[in-house]
Amino acid sequence: MDFELMFSSFPKLLGATVVTLKLLSASLFFGLFIGLSFAILRLNKNMFINKFAYGYSYVFRGTPLLVQIFIIYFGLGQIEYLRSTFLWVILKEPYWCAIIAFTLNTGAYTSEILRSAFQTIKPGIIEAGKSLGISNKIIFYKIQIPIAIRQSLPAYGNEIILMMKGTSLASTVTLMDLTGVAKYIISTTFKPIEVFIVAGGIYLFMTFIIHNIIKYLEKKYSFQQ
Amino acid sequence: MELLAFGKTGWGDELFYATLMTVAVSVTAMLVGFIFALIFTPLKLSKYKSLNLIGNFYTTVIRGVPELLVIYLFFFGGSGAIMYVASIFGYFEYIEINAFITGSMAIGIISGAYSTEVFRGAIQSIDKGQFEAAKVLGVSKFAQFYKIILPQMLRLAIPNLSNVWQITLKDTSLISVTGLVEIMRQSYIAAGSTRDPLFFYSFAAVLYLLLTYLSMKLINRLEARYSRGY
Repeated sequence: MDFELMFSSFPKLLGATVVTLKLLSASLFFGLFIGLSFAILRLNKNMFINKFAYGYSYVFRGTPLLVQIFIIYFGLGQIEYLRSTFLWVILKEPYWCAIIAFTLNTGAYTSEILRSAFQTIKPGIIEAGKSLGISNKIIFYKIQIPIAIRQSLPAYGNEIILMMKGTSLASTVTLMDLTGVAKYIISTTFKPIEVFIVAGGIYLFMTFIIHNIIKYLEKKYSFQQ
Repeated sequence: MELLAFGKTGWGDELFYATLMTVAVSVTAMLVGFIFALIFTPLKLSKYKSLNLIGNFYTTVIRGVPELLVIYLFFFGGSGAIMYVASIFGYFEYIEINAFITGSMAIGIISGAYSTEVFRGAIQSIDKGQFEAAKVLGVSKFAQFYKIILPQMLRLAIPNLSNVWQITLKDTSLISVTGLVEIMRQSYIAAGSTRDPLFFYSFAAVLYLLLTYLSMKLINRLEARYSRGY
């Protein structure tokens, strides 16, 4: 055990954690919007819209995240037309490519989580709203969405943790996130176990924090108060 | 389409073998995972706190740390660890383990953590009365597990195991960083030499979709088989 290396690499890894957290929060923020819109599309009665939303979540859940990042980072740059538009400003940056890939990926999973939450809402609650003369729009925004969010909290908590682990793939497109820096230190010092303990410890600590925040929220918004 | 031709002119046969490699790594990793689950599930269900702690440590650490980091640990640390063990037995030559073994071990340990959780949940949801009835009837511990608990557990575990399989299948794409030529690595090579990454990575995505689709079909059959009588 090389404790000196563990101490000296800790600040470097902690600095890289900031990149990981930035990637995570950005992709979760955008992913929630995409997830919510696609969950609503999934509940649409129009077959075409429904199938489109299902296809989106099927493709992004059925392929590895690594493929998605590579298609966006290496693949899209190949299209000549894209290079001439303003989109190129975003797509030439690995940072934004990673965020786009993570967003689309977590959006697909989030849409499934929210869809199943919407579907488990008891019809009686919606009927009660209707019989009280509340408009459909308000039933949706004030009754269905809050209940769905509460229902999906445990599953969404898992998704946040999975996404946090997913951000490690940003290191494959040259970003120096926690895993990227850990790999760099490992390949220069050839001390994989020490670095793994420190980097893994930071990841575990983040998992622990996320887990507890979700647990707190679940308790706060539980129906039985 | 020319790019996908079989033989020397295209990448069809290379990608075909790469797909087989992905399947082979996934299956091996899944089996390695089952072995780990077989060891750690009893530890998690044990009456002894210290054994519980070992089981929980395994599943928490592996499920809380990114897969890529675990793969790097194995990739950079694997041969070092084996050489260390060999040196105890008086063997000091350089040992290189091949990428297939490193990869399936790394992915296997990850998939084992998920399988452990699945098995633990399945066993815990079996009615206590089943254990007690077996005990009362004087069924031996061995027969109790294989004839009574296991068949009931499999029915409950298969839907979740199919999720573990999907995760494992997708995780194998990460082994490409160690140089094992599976779908992802082969697409990377093909994309590099033809300068057509969009096509090859999209094709890789199609291959993965095909694999997940086919395995879903297979698992559904298995599920129907184990749900007979329900």
